[in-house]
Amino acid sequence: MTLRSVRVPLPPWSYGFVAALAMWGASVAYSGAGSTAAILATALFFAAFSVLVGTGQMLVIASGPGNIDLSIPAVLTLAAYVAMTVMHGRDGLVVAGLLLALVVGGAAGAFNYLAIAVLRLPPIIATLASSFVFESLAFDLGGQTHLRPPDLLSAFAALRVGSVPVAPVGVMALTIATVLALRRTIYGRHLLATGQSERAAILAGVDVGRVRFLAYVLCGAAAGLTGVLLAGFSGGASLNMGDTYLLSSIAVVVLGGTSVSGGQANAVGIWGAALFFDLMTTMLDTFRIQAGGRYLVTGTLIVLIVAVVPRPRTG
Amino acid sequence: MVQIGLPAGALLVMLVIIFAIRPAVISYFGLTLLLKLAVPLVFASLSQMLIIMLGDIDLSNGSFVGLISCIIALYLEDAPAMAALLIAGAILAYAGFGLLIHRRALPSIIVTLGMSFIWLGTAILLLPAPGGSAPDWLVRFMAWRPPLLPLPIWFAIAAAVAGHFALERSSYGAVLRGAGENPRAIARAGWSLVGIRVATYSAAGVLAALAGVTLTGLTTSGDPNVAPGYTLLGIAAVILGGGSFTGGIVSPIGTVVGALTLSLAGSLLSFLAVSPTWQPAAQGAILFIVLAGRLLWAERVS
Repeated sequence: MTLRSVRVPLPPWSYGFVAALAMWGASVAYSGAGSTAAILATALFFAAFSVLVGTGQMLVIASGPGNIDLSIPAVLTLAAYVAMTVMHGRDGLVVAGLLLALVVGGAAGAFNYLAIAVLRLPPIIATLASSFVFESLAFDLGGQTHLRPPDLLSAFAALRVGSVPVAPVGVMALTIATVLALRRTIYGRHLLATGQSERAAILAGVDVGRVRFLAYVLCGAAAGLTGVLLAGFSGGASLNMGDTYLLSSIAVVVLGGTSVSGGQANAVGIWGAALFFDLMTTMLDTFRIQAGGRYLVTGTLIVLIVAVVPRPRTG
Repeated sequence: MVQIGLPAGALLVMLVIIFAIRPAVISYFGLTLLLKLAVPLVFASLSQMLIIMLGDIDLSNGSFVGLISCIIALYLEDAPAMAALLIAGAILAYAGFGLLIHRRALPSIIVTLGMSFIWLGTAILLLPAPGGSAPDWLVRFMAWRPPLLPLPIWFAIAAAVAGHFALERSSYGAVLRGAGENPRAIARAGWSLVGIRVATYSAAGVLAALAGVTLTGLTTSGDPNVAPGYTLLGIAAVILGGGSFTGGIVSPIGTVVGALTLSLAGSLLSFLAVSPTWQPAAQGAILFIVLAGRLLWAERVS
């Protein structure tokens, strides 16, 4: 009778995909088969943004117990404001703006790491304090105004070739690159080794500080890139554009099968978790469930999935 | 004691600056106004402190306070029994999640993240838009002027002393801190780790409920989104007060002083006429500066 009696050989990261598929099925069953592709395409765009910030967060979390980046929303917003200010609605400056956003994000990540390493602060507090600073910088740049993106950026962020959405496919390529980097490159192996046991990694000659530094820089750069793409996709930068990513960036990483205690990472699983969250929103929309019920269902599902999924093992 | 010296010093410096700018503030009435909003934060921070003591973290603290505020504003005046029942149920649910975290060895960060949505959702279902009203006696109590010291200071002293005796001076307190630092040793000594976790999560629920009660007495109405900031501010207060995420190392007195410091930082910035744009940055800078002081202490000690 119970599921427990039948051993389902599902790896931890696949639960997000299974749940996402169920949500998609429920939405399609409710609103008719005609909506199948449209629902999936929209979900893919929003999932791509979550995956992009989630991948950065994953690198940070995998770099060791206690490592986490709470400044992602502020960095994302700041980078979007810097990019929109520089582009000033001109198509010719899109590439320059994108590169600048990457630089701003990377610099923010470097600042985070320095605060953690030099002041010896717990990452959760250091990134919280620095997020206040980034927030002020974004306020100062944007004020109350809503900065519009250049047309070219909007067109690029929402571009589809035939029915294939370009930005999500790009992020998928990035996910594959991350998987390969974690398995095959020296940096990837060093990152996981550092996360598993800092002491052992140091004894093995790994420059632990440099490894973590790069993880925070990459995380900041990913947040910066997401900020620009999101501003392009949703018609501009606004001060609260990053807010939802504070908790969702952590949720997609952990539900995706990455261990919070570090040393183990799963980049593919982030897609499952992100699609699950977006398709759940779609499903609750089609069922016309109000805000209260929506939060209740979201919370219950998060707890349920975490409780049911076998825990990823770490060394 | 060193741990407490740091936030206490920061608190003193802030009070001196505020006094220099506006001497009238350092009076019975001025201090009441200055510190009254610190009372709920003190309780929320102590609640967070208990969870951090076990080596866990609670991302649902702020939305739990919001849920309690809604229950109070809706029911406490007309149906006190219903209010008591709902609050007891919420605390029981809190303890239940503690049990779940323990039994399945789940990471608390993600379970409490899910819980935060559950509290928020329940609060919105109860009270879709901010409203309701706190009973008069509660509002009057929060505006009460006790002898000698303003009410917020009495609250802070009482909370710090009670916390200190419960955790630092009682034998069960030593067991609780031990369960965070070295759970295996505590289990070997014959204590039930399940019992400890459920008891600690229940106590944390009670303290977060107290934060909700006092906050509703001050704001006089209920709002599901009244205190999302308490989650991270509470964590900051615990760390500021000498706590550590490794488990077992927390200080009730330090946490209370840390919460007062953080709550005063906002007032300080408006007294200094820092523009709203730069207030978050200044808050961040204060956190960095005070915590950087920890480094100096640590090096001198070791």
